[in-house]
Amino acid sequence: MPECRPQRRAFLSALLCGLLAGCGGRQEAGQPARVPVGGASGKERAAVQVLRKGNGAEPESLDPHRAESVTAANILRDLFEGLVLETEDGRLMPGAAASWEASADGLTYIFHMRPEGRWSNGDPVTAQDFVYGLRRSCDPATLNEYASILFPIRNAEAVVSGKLPPAALGVRALDDTLLEIRLAGPTPYFLGLLTHSTAYPVHRPSIGRYGAKFARPGMLVGNGAYRLEEWVVQSHIRLGRNTHYWDDAHTSIEEVWYYPIENGDAEVARYRAGELDFTQSVPLRQMRWLRENLPGELRIAPYLGSYYFGFNTTRPPFRDNPQLRLALSMAVDRDILTQRVMGTGEQPAYGFVPPVADYTGQRPAWAAWTQEQRNAEARRLYREAGYSEDNPLVVEVLYNTEQNQKRIAGALAAMWKQVLGVRAKLLNQEWKVFLENRKRKVITQVFRSGWIGDYNDPYTFSQLMHSKNGQNDPGYSSAEYDRLLDEAAATADPAHRRMLLEAAERRLLADQPLIPLFFYASKRLVKPWVGGYQPNIMDHHHTKDLHILSH
Amino acid sequence: MLRFTLQRLLTGIPTLLVLVAGAFFLMRAAPGGPFDRERDLPPEIEANLRRAYHLDEPLLQQFLHYLGNLLRGDFGPSLQYRDFSVSELIRAGFPVSLHIGALAMLLALLIGVAAGTWAALRQNSAGDHVVMAAAMTGISIPNFVMAPLLVLLVAVGLGWLPAGGYGGGAWRHLVLPVTTLALPQVAYLARLSRASMIEVLASPFIRTARAQGLGLGTILLRHALRPALLPVVSYLGPATAAVITGSVVIEQIFGLPGIGRFFITGALNRDYTLVMGVVVFYGVLILLCNFLVDLVYGFLDPRTRQPG
Repeated sequence: MPECRPQRRAFLSALLCGLLAGCGGRQEAGQPARVPVGGASGKERAAVQVLRKGNGAEPESLDPHRAESVTAANILRDLFEGLVLETEDGRLMPGAAASWEASADGLTYIFHMRPEGRWSNGDPVTAQDFVYGLRRSCDPATLNEYASILFPIRNAEAVVSGKLPPAALGVRALDDTLLEIRLAGPTPYFLGLLTHSTAYPVHRPSIGRYGAKFARPGMLVGNGAYRLEEWVVQSHIRLGRNTHYWDDAHTSIEEVWYYPIENGDAEVARYRAGELDFTQSVPLRQMRWLRENLPGELRIAPYLGSYYFGFNTTRPPFRDNPQLRLALSMAVDRDILTQRVMGTGEQPAYGFVPPVADYTGQRPAWAAWTQEQRNAEARRLYREAGYSEDNPLVVEVLYNTEQNQKRIAGALAAMWKQVLGVRAKLLNQEWKVFLENRKRKVITQVFRSGWIGDYNDPYTFSQLMHSKNGQNDPGYSSAEYDRLLDEAAATADPAHRRMLLEAAERRLLADQPLIPLFFYASKRLVKPWVGGYQPNIMDHHHTKDLHILSH
Repeated sequence: MLRFTLQRLLTGIPTLLVLVAGAFFLMRAAPGGPFDRERDLPPEIEANLRRAYHLDEPLLQQFLHYLGNLLRGDFGPSLQYRDFSVSELIRAGFPVSLHIGALAMLLALLIGVAAGTWAALRQNSAGDHVVMAAAMTGISIPNFVMAPLLVLLVAVGLGWLPAGGYGGGAWRHLVLPVTTLALPQVAYLARLSRASMIEVLASPFIRTARAQGLGLGTILLRHALRPALLPVVSYLGPATAAVITGSVVIEQIFGLPGIGRFFITGALNRDYTLVMGVVVFYGVLILLCNFLVDLVYGFLDPRTRQPG
């Protein structure tokens, strides 16, 4: 999943922040301090169960097979339900399927549909609905930009590229309640993929009736806990409870509002004015004020993402020059970066893969050294690569135009100058220009990058540096790394697979085609009366798992 | 008068054509495209997307295709908001922008002209200086500073009004955006009408009227106001344009669902059709406004009606 869109209108935000900071300590409006939240027991629910969420950018679509952003996924999670569901603390649980079994080789899954599963119009949710949904998701005519998520399913890649018809996809309904999915290779993270919107079913009759307009209020039929009531583009999306939902008895919130608010400062202002219960993010510059004034409402948790700066390894000076790459990487003090420059709960990173389930993140030996030791070794490597004070490395650091990126790039340049005498030039570009240049690998030397995992498995990160991967912006090409990854993808033995992926990461870190800097943190403001909220590593939240306490 | 009207109307057509062509090719010249994302698209999917939106054709052909559709009133589908066509988005957003823009213009005219006239009558007095100083401040503070300042004070601090959102057009949601949008125009109009009023009040026909012993009210309303309003009227065209560009920022800050916001997100997303749609729509609107101003001007000052 692409990481969060760059924050727009940074100059506005900067101004806003300055103003907000100057206004600290003021009594919050709409924050009654008299009654304890949740009554005397702390568990009393409010009479009005309405949740208002800030949700970043306007979702580009509510068609689960055409949407691709985090903000759309947040809403789709309420409107639809995959075979598998996530709990609020991030574990997998049965969703539209009540149970499943996998064959011994891990290549065939049989799902038993939940007999009480219903669409929001009362129709039963059947195995055929999932066959139709998965075929539509892979059909090139659907224009699904996220279809590659389904590539582990047999023939999915050929269907997406138009070489096979959608009917050739390895999915079939044995009857109304039994669904068989056959895989192209062993995929230990397959069940996790089924929580993704590309794997949601769609209601065939309404697509037949409304065509491309089916994802609108009054027309959208979903199988999630909520139904689409109203959609005013750029203003709000309102969902109401789906009374046909199989677990409706446990749904507490009657109505949920999603507000698209791109500007983080505006979002916090609306939160503080009592118009939102839940923000999508928190602007970096307001963290200190919020920590001091709303400490109980600021929720920070590890987030499945890796932030790094890449080297363009296809061109000088970084081509065939691991000493130089290591020198630049070692000279960066990650503790200063995460604590002083960021200060928002990020974890310093020396490896590429963030903490994920059933995997030990790799760290180079120098991760355990003091920064002085690293600096000394960095200077040695720098000289070995042929640079010195008289002949310093002159390098261009590219990042997308955004306040936070500028701060980080500036910190890196300063550290390099101090430790090695490197003369780094900062260059920022507008988001789409930046993306294009980073991909072309022509003018780039050092560039910022980051990735949020699509599923809770190391492979969502490891694959990025495979020489054939389209997102391998450093242009890293290692026969050994590729071989380890290919082997891992083919093995059915989880222990062996884990060993191979860990070896691959060690290879990557030895070659250092990128500078790992930190692992992300999710951060948002949540009102004290929002019950049931638990931070999780994917930062996925279902409204049905939350409730409003009396306040 | 009919010839004058037709002539004015026809000169708008080439202007519009230049605008459409300029916007179209500039938009395409910007690096990056609508389907560039961090996630790498499988090449087949990207090819499908390009084909579906005619982006695989030669640029000139795409332009002619676009012009053809435009003549039929079809702005095409939005590349970003896949569930909607550009026409649908503009239809949904324009009433909001119009509502806020019209209220802001009305507020600016009423307060601006009144304050300007009041100051003109007290030229160089303390009251005049206060009004003009306030106007100068109003012009100098950009709306992207004024808006968060007001939000912080009135919404977050005092809790009197909402900090953002449209609320279906409820007045509480409109106060802050309309005020912010109107303020620079109030200020400009106050300065403009003051200067113009001072000039008119010093002219011989007003002196004559005074000499005849007419009351101040009569002089103002019956004789001075109409000529003094001429520069104000001719400023209405640029003012409309200023309110429209201002609304782009205001809608973003207050989270209002107007078309100004589509313009910003459209440009950043390289949503070619959406940006083109907004440009063409606003282009026609501004041309129409200028045309109306010309007509009103002709009514107020007969000299401009003379052929020639």
